[in-house]
Amino acid sequence: MRYDQARYSTDGVYEPLLSEKDETAVEVDSELPDDLTRDSVTLPSLSEPELARHYTRLSQMNYGVETGPYPLGSCTMKYNPSFTEDVAALPSGGVHPDRSPESVQGTLAVLHGLQEFLAEIGGMDAVTLQPPAGAAGEFTGILVAKAYHEANGDERSEVIVPASAHGTNFASAAMAGYEVVELPSGDDGRVDLDALAAAVGDETAALMLTNPNTLGLFERDIVEIAETVHDAGGLLYYDGANLNALLGRARPGDMGFDIMHYNVHKTFATPHGGGGPGAGPVGVVSDLAEYLPRPQVRESDGGYELFDPERSIGKVHGYAGNWLVLLKAYAYIARLGDAGLRDASAKAVLNANYLASRIDLDVPYGPFHHEFAATAGDRDAAELAKGMLDHGVHPPTTKWPELVPEAMLTEPTEVENRSSLDDLAAAFNSVVTADEETLADAPTRTAAGRIDQVGAARNPRLSWHALDGDDADDTA
Amino acid sequence: MTGSPYAPHTAAETDAMLDAVGVDSEDELFDIPEAVTFDGSLGFDSKSEARLRREIEATLARNDDLVEFLGRGHYDHYVPSLVSDLSRRSEFLTSYTQYQPEITQGFLQVLFEYQSFLVELTGLPVANCSMYDAATALGEAARLAGRVRETSGSTVLVPDHLHEGKAGVLDNYVAGADLTVERYPMDDGAVDVEAVERAVGDDTVMLYAESPTLRGVIEPSLARLGAVADDHDALFCLGTDIVALALLEEPAAVGADVVVGAADALGLPTSYGMGLGLFATRESFLRQVPGRLVGASEDAAGTRAFTLTLQTREQHIRKERATSNICTNQAWVALRTAMHVASLGADGMVDLAERCVTNARDLAERLDEVVGVQAPVYDRHHFREFVVHTDQPAEAVASDIEADGFAVHTVGEHRLQVCVTETNERHADALVAAFEEAV
Repeated sequence: MRYDQARYSTDGVYEPLLSEKDETAVEVDSELPDDLTRDSVTLPSLSEPELARHYTRLSQMNYGVETGPYPLGSCTMKYNPSFTEDVAALPSGGVHPDRSPESVQGTLAVLHGLQEFLAEIGGMDAVTLQPPAGAAGEFTGILVAKAYHEANGDERSEVIVPASAHGTNFASAAMAGYEVVELPSGDDGRVDLDALAAAVGDETAALMLTNPNTLGLFERDIVEIAETVHDAGGLLYYDGANLNALLGRARPGDMGFDIMHYNVHKTFATPHGGGGPGAGPVGVVSDLAEYLPRPQVRESDGGYELFDPERSIGKVHGYAGNWLVLLKAYAYIARLGDAGLRDASAKAVLNANYLASRIDLDVPYGPFHHEFAATAGDRDAAELAKGMLDHGVHPPTTKWPELVPEAMLTEPTEVENRSSLDDLAAAFNSVVTADEETLADAPTRTAAGRIDQVGAARNPRLSWHALDGDDADDTA
Repeated sequence: MTGSPYAPHTAAETDAMLDAVGVDSEDELFDIPEAVTFDGSLGFDSKSEARLRREIEATLARNDDLVEFLGRGHYDHYVPSLVSDLSRRSEFLTSYTQYQPEITQGFLQVLFEYQSFLVELTGLPVANCSMYDAATALGEAARLAGRVRETSGSTVLVPDHLHEGKAGVLDNYVAGADLTVERYPMDDGAVDVEAVERAVGDDTVMLYAESPTLRGVIEPSLARLGAVADDHDALFCLGTDIVALALLEEPAAVGADVVVGAADALGLPTSYGMGLGLFATRESFLRQVPGRLVGASEDAAGTRAFTLTLQTREQHIRKERATSNICTNQAWVALRTAMHVASLGADGMVDLAERCVTNARDLAERLDEVVGVQAPVYDRHHFREFVVHTDQPAEAVASDIEADGFAVHTVGEHRLQVCVTETNERHADALVAAFEEAV
């Protein structure tokens, strides 16, 4: 498919910045003493029709799931139902977080319902909804592990993370004060039990694992992995980024995981919003429930109440987390139910396998679930991705995980049908045969052409204030 | 319904695709050992949109219909329809992080404009394009202070009046960085500067103050605090919010090295505490900033274009040595906030902020006339909210007021806190009447 993204352009810029349309300086003349107030504020002052056009044009210069396929591996870019958006826009959904629990029984009922849904889906005993994103969930889970070990008088210093794991795993463990021990992958792309045995020890607080892993491969030795970690006194942490492959078919709790986070913006189809808000609820087995963040919601006398778990780690968000995202996730799960969730996984896995069979690139390892890492071989995966931008599809994740050279990590999700997947495959196959010069000029049909990212980092200009003087440079 | 309503496959399509893959059924595609296969039922039914919508509406209707005079860090300002409407355009709402900038210019430009608003309002040259909320922004600021201060320091000084959510998050954010949090006292609702001077030492990595404070007080000693921090080579971190920034002294002018706080006061309706943290700092700390940054660059035609930049700070590149673990953040909320700021424009921003001062002053004066009530407790300038003394026990008063349909905070045995904005000011008469009845 040929794709032409909207492009607006005026004299060396695409859609002008608001500041280029208007800048109005307003003097601050307040009843407050002068030393408490600023002198003036300079901001754009545009009419509503002008703003409506500005943002509409900018939206047209942006690509979303409703524009076309978005097969970013490990990101699970599903179609976001209009229904859940409508539910989240209900006026009764908005209340202040300091309201008395008695006066927000509806909100608490939804939160409790979502806790129950997630606990069942994950095979966990208790769930906190407070973490505002997946990485915040990881941090929360690791804090829970730390609190658990400390309560047992068993201070441990290391968290083990497979080399192919999400970068957030490393960062979250380090943020909690742990040394990160990187676990190399085995020849089959999975955890190598010998390497694991060598890495695990008295200092192991936890192993953080994604299953299926970031290559889309199920860790078939999960029972042995869990035993190895548990025998050493460590806890097993499940990174929920790839849970979409398992809904209703396998549960982290049943696999021996003690702690997990859910990426509701991935698995449960709440929008990514250009990079958030997400939500990263954390589930734990019963032994760890008393460490969860405070407060928690529970049932009481036909209603709901808040309580602080006995040995709570405290807070990971100022209030209750990203409520609107949680409400959407609740609506999504309730809409699909058991059968719908199972089917979502089935179609996600079918789509990945079908697409993999249709593209002219090697796909090492296997069998895979909802995503696969094709290799661009001696081509540059990032260049191929730029070429794909002109085909009406978003390219896959490139050059990660590093285990696959020039990886193109592709996750079509369940929301594409056969013809859409065939288009996607055609886009792949077209760029695979394109010559390097053509690719170097790509993309040509997007709002902007190839962007100088090195220049952006070398000369950081991070606000329109930093653009002053640009005109002089341009004419020099 | 037997399948996902959002999986578009027809039965014939599914069969053809299974054929193409070379299996007989979807189940064959799952490479899950039997020992860990789940063959039970999750136990929840699928529901139609219509039925589920009725159910959720009925559930949410269990919330009492109260007029909220609540604040303490989370504020209800009227969100213009333009924001609600255009932010929901699917190209914005359903997009991912802008890892392919050529096809996501629109969102990048909005985030660049959001950063620009914060640069204008704070006077600091660097603002990131979102934190989760004010509490996590404060936690990140403390961690930044721990990194940039090369002394053996380890103490973060915070006010006695600190929101419990912020305090709780801060404790968790600093624990892994071997920093400790200490409190300094307040005096009549503002910072006790002498006490801070005594508390600051060579081991202080960051001095944190707020304006407006948790009690709604506009802090009069910021410049002095900035100087105290500077004298000890500690970072001066100011907590504030995006509306207050339009009126109060520029943070850069009082010596702030980092500005954190809530930006969700614009752009989000009260959403049970869902937030947007703002984060701005000096140029010298650029490579220590947590979170995403959008920068201007140019494309192959030499036309100005935008991209995520300085990503070597971030977790997907630097892993355990990243400046933060933040990945998914609050980008769409930042987009809404930027739209809200743009909708208000320069005049609208200043007017709104001034109204926060006059509304609070007027309501406090009226409550002060109620027998058995004194307001404001602190003889200071206030922004949006203030503390009220009640001769009767505060909890009982709050409970009576709630029965009349109003929510206020209880902050002490005889203290309530009341927050007023343009969304509830029309109910001020009724609130005063409810106070009269309750005390």
